[in-house]
Amino acid sequence: MKMYDEMYDEHGDCRPHYRAFAEWLAQTPKELLAQRQREADLLFHRAGITFTLYGDKQGTERLIPFDTIPRSIPAREWRTIEAGCIQRVQALNLFLADIYHEQRILKAGVIPPEQVLANEGYQLAMSGLDLHRGIYAHIAGVDLVRDGDGTFYVLEDNLRTPSGVSYMLEDRKMMMRLFPELFASQRIAPIGHYPNLLLEALKSSSPLDNPSVVVLTPGRFNSAYFEHAFLAREMGVELVEGADLFVRDERVFMRTTAGAKPVDVIYRRLDDAFLDPLAFNPDSMLGVPGLLAAYRSGNVVLANAIGTGVADDKSIYPYVTDMIRFYLDEEPILQNVPTWQCRKPQDLSHVLAHLPELVVKETQGSGGYGMLVGPAASQAEIESFRERLKARPEAYIAQPTLSLSTCPTFVESGIAPRHIDLRPFVLSGRETRLVPGGLTRVALREGSLVVNSSQGGGTKDTWIVED
Amino acid sequence: MLSRTAADLYWMSRYMERAENLARMLDVSYSLSLMPQDGRDGLDELAMPLLITGTMEDYRARHGELDAKRMLHFFALDESNVASLYNCMAAARSNAHAVRGRITSDMWENLNAFWLEMRDIAAQGLDRYGISRFCEWVKQCSHLFRGATVGTLMRSDAYRFIRLGTFVERADNTLRLLDARYELLGEDSDDPNDASARAYYQWSALLRALSAFEAFAEIYRGSPRAGKVAELLLLNPEVPRSLRACLTELQQILASLTGDNGRPAQRLAAELEAGLRYTSIDEVLETGMHAWIAEHIERVNQLGHAIQQSYLEVA
Repeated sequence: MKMYDEMYDEHGDCRPHYRAFAEWLAQTPKELLAQRQREADLLFHRAGITFTLYGDKQGTERLIPFDTIPRSIPAREWRTIEAGCIQRVQALNLFLADIYHEQRILKAGVIPPEQVLANEGYQLAMSGLDLHRGIYAHIAGVDLVRDGDGTFYVLEDNLRTPSGVSYMLEDRKMMMRLFPELFASQRIAPIGHYPNLLLEALKSSSPLDNPSVVVLTPGRFNSAYFEHAFLAREMGVELVEGADLFVRDERVFMRTTAGAKPVDVIYRRLDDAFLDPLAFNPDSMLGVPGLLAAYRSGNVVLANAIGTGVADDKSIYPYVTDMIRFYLDEEPILQNVPTWQCRKPQDLSHVLAHLPELVVKETQGSGGYGMLVGPAASQAEIESFRERLKARPEAYIAQPTLSLSTCPTFVESGIAPRHIDLRPFVLSGRETRLVPGGLTRVALREGSLVVNSSQGGGTKDTWIVED
Repeated sequence: MLSRTAADLYWMSRYMERAENLARMLDVSYSLSLMPQDGRDGLDELAMPLLITGTMEDYRARHGELDAKRMLHFFALDESNVASLYNCMAAARSNAHAVRGRITSDMWENLNAFWLEMRDIAAQGLDRYGISRFCEWVKQCSHLFRGATVGTLMRSDAYRFIRLGTFVERADNTLRLLDARYELLGEDSDDPNDASARAYYQWSALLRALSAFEAFAEIYRGSPRAGKVAELLLLNPEVPRSLRACLTELQQILASLTGDNGRPAQRLAAELEAGLRYTSIDEVLETGMHAWIAEHIERVNQLGHAIQQSYLEVA
């Protein structure tokens, strides 16, 4: 399979936007690099920049491996990615507003209604509710991969509570601390203003002039707690847990040392099902009783809105390009990966016949759990997956195994190519925008295509390099 | 500020202060246990930290006989002893983790680094690390953390709740340490001017443990005796670990907190502080040292409750 390497072209020559880095790398002694890598690990550990694995009873805090070789993208290429992401998120927000109001796209027959209305992520509580600026996904993470011919494809949209932006920011801080000379020798677009943009997007999601914003976390045992605390601190807003909030007369307040204080915007890092035990999961200890009523009265903004999960569901994913054409009357700038929907009999039979070549995913899954990577799976794994697939075909989609692009990475044997992806974070408020770059995740095991941190993936700093 | 955040900050600093005080307790007992004395290899001395912290029963239930090595481990590093120094630091770190967005990265990184080192020390054991070295290390951690707090944290309510935790904990510890030493000296202590060699070493060790030896020497210019040591540690406004100094701080911090739901705590602190301001050591001795201290431990405890109810649990 043809593979695209981010640093070297097919003749083994260094690509122009990597030249300054390659020269630096050649001149820098290997011991120094190894020492800096250790320094980075130590600093991350000291700073407690860690995550916890679900299912790990001890709640062990782990480091996400950080690789010191950056992933670099030339600015002109970035401009296409940026435009494509903005276009996509705008269409997805229009789609969400539409399906919770007129449902024009369903009436026009572009998407089969049952695909949307019977979807687990579709929240009846949202129907007819008007949101300020019509924004549902204030924060979106668009996962991109580059195939063998160098084209970027959108692998999935994350419209619920996408995480990872703190690693994007910390990785950059770390690179600037370890290798300041690299930033002096070329123009790398800055990303440190992300928390500012985020706060602006959150504030502009409320009709109030100066709304009181909070970050709602499930608590310190959540795998992404570090990020929740990080963003609250960087934005200078309170980090709250469900128990810190209460609802009185359909208004949300937080309990403070000086009494109750009103809350207007909640950047929630809690899934829909846990938000309000009165409305959703009654066993949730994490949510706020009465929150949904306050939300429906328009007294508080939730970012992201409830019910965005229907739009990033893998069974809706194949239609996103159609949404762009339908709502924006534009051609999609970024391509979707060709997708077989197993709920369709002819697609299913194709998938069953080609399992060893395909990647099969649960439509509701995330985090790299519950997926089959055909070429990397054993015969037994394939057969057991075949049974699950036959039992519940509607729960799965399949895609060709993309030859994810590679980037040179430090591994035990030295520097070797490893597969990577890219997650830019798109913010929607008064306008839709993103900082230049995103989170680059790298699959550290040789040949592995799974970049999720829960599956042993690492991260790299992502550079947008001006020509 | 969020009540939960305030509670985490308050308990973070209480646990950190407690860890420091436990180390001070251990330090004084360990050094006294090395002195030639009653022929019991200093076991009584080593049992003292367990008695002060009320964990002796728990120790007995688990280990039975008094044993120097086991007691030291139980008190300092035993993960299964909820009151061990190890767990104290774990609790401080866990509270800090919950509010890491509200403390500076200098503070967090310091505390997290201590915790990582604590685990290393626990893995190698107290014997290999050295007990005196361990006590010094804990004190240094606490100093460094306090330094990072004073040197980097904005003077807002967060800072005030951290300081509240420090002084409530410290006041309680000074009282308990003094009480225990007074009890141990037994009948000697009936005469407040007792100057026997044993008393000399006991009181010196206590003063050193509370970093007040130099202050005593400067103020009294003589050998430490029960009455003077008590005066210094209870009533002196200038010795940072004295009860009076702690109460003065507490009273000022409480008065400066925003909002008006703190009345009960403010009143308690002000009453206590005024009481100390106008009390002489003779009155204390007249009441009986133990009775006086017991009453004040209770009043500091009430103040802690009032802070808890006024600020940390409000709806």
